[in-house]
Amino acid sequence: MTSTVADHHHDEVPKGITRWLFTTNHKDIGTLYLWFAFIMFLVGGAMSLIIRTELFQPGLQIVNPHFFNQMTTVHALVMVFGAVMPGFVGFANWQIPMMIGAPDMALPRMNNWSFWLLPFAAALLIISLFVPGGGPAAGWTLYPPLTIQGGMGVDFTIFTVHLLGMSSILGSINIIATILNMRAPGMTLMKMPLFVWTWLITAFLLLAAIPVFAGAVTMLLTDRHFGTAFFDPAGGGDPVLFQHIFWFFGHPEVYILILPAFGVISQVIPTFARKPLFGYTSMVFASAGIAFLSFIVWAHHMYTVGMPLSGELFFMYATMLIAIPTGVKIFNWLATMWQGSMTFETPMLYAIACVALFTVGGLTGLTMSITPADFQYHDTYYIVAHFHYTIFAGSVLGMFAGTYYWLPKWTGYMYDERLGKWHFWLTIIGFNLTFFPQHFLGLAGMPRRIPDYALQFTEFNMVSTVGSFIMGFAQLILLLVVVKAIRGSGARATSEVWDNPEGLEWTLPSPPPYHTFATAPEVK
Amino acid sequence: MIFKRLIQPRGVGAALAAGTALWALPMNVQAEWALNLQRPVTEIGRVQYDLHMMILTIITIISLIVFGIMFYSIIRFRKSNGAQPASFTHSTKAEVLWTVIPTLILIAMAVPSTKALLLMEDTTESDMVVKVTGFQWGWHYDYMEEGVNFYSMLSTPQSQITGDEAKGEHYLLEVNNHLVLPVGKKVRFLLTAKDVIHAWWVPQFGGKKDAIPGFMNEMWVRADETGTFRGQCAELCGKDHGYMPIVVDVVSEDEFQAWLAEKRKQG
Repeated sequence: MTSTVADHHHDEVPKGITRWLFTTNHKDIGTLYLWFAFIMFLVGGAMSLIIRTELFQPGLQIVNPHFFNQMTTVHALVMVFGAVMPGFVGFANWQIPMMIGAPDMALPRMNNWSFWLLPFAAALLIISLFVPGGGPAAGWTLYPPLTIQGGMGVDFTIFTVHLLGMSSILGSINIIATILNMRAPGMTLMKMPLFVWTWLITAFLLLAAIPVFAGAVTMLLTDRHFGTAFFDPAGGGDPVLFQHIFWFFGHPEVYILILPAFGVISQVIPTFARKPLFGYTSMVFASAGIAFLSFIVWAHHMYTVGMPLSGELFFMYATMLIAIPTGVKIFNWLATMWQGSMTFETPMLYAIACVALFTVGGLTGLTMSITPADFQYHDTYYIVAHFHYTIFAGSVLGMFAGTYYWLPKWTGYMYDERLGKWHFWLTIIGFNLTFFPQHFLGLAGMPRRIPDYALQFTEFNMVSTVGSFIMGFAQLILLLVVVKAIRGSGARATSEVWDNPEGLEWTLPSPPPYHTFATAPEVK
Repeated sequence: MIFKRLIQPRGVGAALAAGTALWALPMNVQAEWALNLQRPVTEIGRVQYDLHMMILTIITIISLIVFGIMFYSIIRFRKSNGAQPASFTHSTKAEVLWTVIPTLILIAMAVPSTKALLLMEDTTESDMVVKVTGFQWGWHYDYMEEGVNFYSMLSTPQSQITGDEAKGEHYLLEVNNHLVLPVGKKVRFLLTAKDVIHAWWVPQFGGKKDAIPGFMNEMWVRADETGTFRGQCAELCGKDHGYMPIVVDVVSEDEFQAWLAEKRKQG
């Protein structure tokens, strides 16, 4: 389908607050998502600093245990659903139409609503902290019966999840419709940038998984208020049923969080290695393989619930299998770097750190897949270390790589490279200081989700807290970098920005006009 | 630039050696800076420990290979050194190799893992049974065949938690009534809970199982040596989840019988 858009004086960019409230423009909506995600990132980060401050020393110094549990719960919900997921949707909105030569997303008005659901969802979640009984305090995993006990903060959280879920589902429909229908002529599926592929796959994962999460929290709501007993043994229900339903969503969810990052890395490394992505076909199939396998491994989050032996064995073998396509991707990125001609601007620094540190997280994941060993790691800081290596070093560093990579395109100005490198090194050093010792804490026997601990855990907790403050405050440098680029305090960016990068977005001016590809480009 | 000056070969080598030594040994339970699992005192704990060390070794080697290739590339294939980019885009042979070799490694890992799991889940032919009930916030132990049961709750005073008093050696890992078990006997645990999900975990025993209200889970432990072993609740269960530890005294058979008799008299 060719993309000729009727010309309604849309060359003028609207002004004022109504521009942002009513926009149907994918670039504006991308910007909205990205700013929202960044604000949520700082909010969630502040919560993590409260957590780490309390954990600096044994004893209770600044918060009570119930508030601490609210912090761990809301920190995770804000980061996963407020920062990482909207952040990547922001990248999808900005980049996918430009990368496939489309004028906008398939459903621009629905796109607007998909975004504007989010501030209300976030408000509901933050407000939950201030209602009687406080916010949710059962962990982001919301297990009953503990969540059945919680006050109205849990109900606020359930409605937050409904709103977030609706936003993700609508966004996914839009992304799939756009990618499948609006590619420029000549751009076959196997010619799409890998970032577009990973988002296509992620969108299908979202469609399959998010409704399941909605179902799970709705069952919590009815158990809490409408007399059902899905999870109440006294009524014939089973708390473990929730865990199965939750993790059937929860495991694909973590691949939803990482696949777009893999997509970004697959764009950045070839550009700065000046060499095409190694094994494009293999990368597509590996991404799809990871997505498919992600549906059959969920109970590795539940090895200690008392599953039958056959279940434990199945999930162990299936989980170990995911290491294979993931490893294939790592090796393909290494092969892209191999015999390249590399320079190390900030996007490349972040991309390389993402691959290296995600590998650490992936490998500890492999240790956790082994059921008998996991009996020692489960619910300890070993797990906390694992998922911060995969989610922060994987997803968030991936987003930082994408931000520095595309910021000159979006703003028309080069960002400050020196500040970018300061941001990078402080983040990496702070991150590793925060989370590497947590592996040791978990192995030594420190459970997770506790506000206070036995004396032998003191030293590594102190190191971790110091690291968290370095890492936390370093993010203010990113804020400075972005604001400076928007205000145009660097050199003007060319269309290409980098050294001969591949992709249709680099054929457009920097910044691109409000409407691009009104006529489809030619793709050979 | 700074990077090269920071890495002095001799210093790094010594640090690596010391680190490896620390990392390879099971840790004294209350060691600061502990790098590894606590020293196991059961067969399943030892099997688990050995499995952990095997997998840890494999992933350490894999990560050294990955980082090695990465850092070599960073140093060697830089534009500033005049490196010219190659033009290859794929290699079926490479893809097959780096799919098949990891698969073989995984199969090799799966075999001892399966054996360990089969061992850990075999609760048959036990010598005695103890029912463990988790509640908010403590444990209840019931020696079902002996007529002895009691509550076990944190005994660390609040003043230590708030910092008004100096913390004792076993801060947060001490209770009013210890669980007492005979050495060398296979103890089958039945686990359940009163209110929300808890989990019973003593690291040195090697097992961890959720205690779920309305349901009965099973776990077994055979401690091979006498001593006192400490653990914690391992499933978020509310505000005092961090304040419901477990303390187990493993004693000789005679001491165990004497303790049982004493308990029956008391209650």
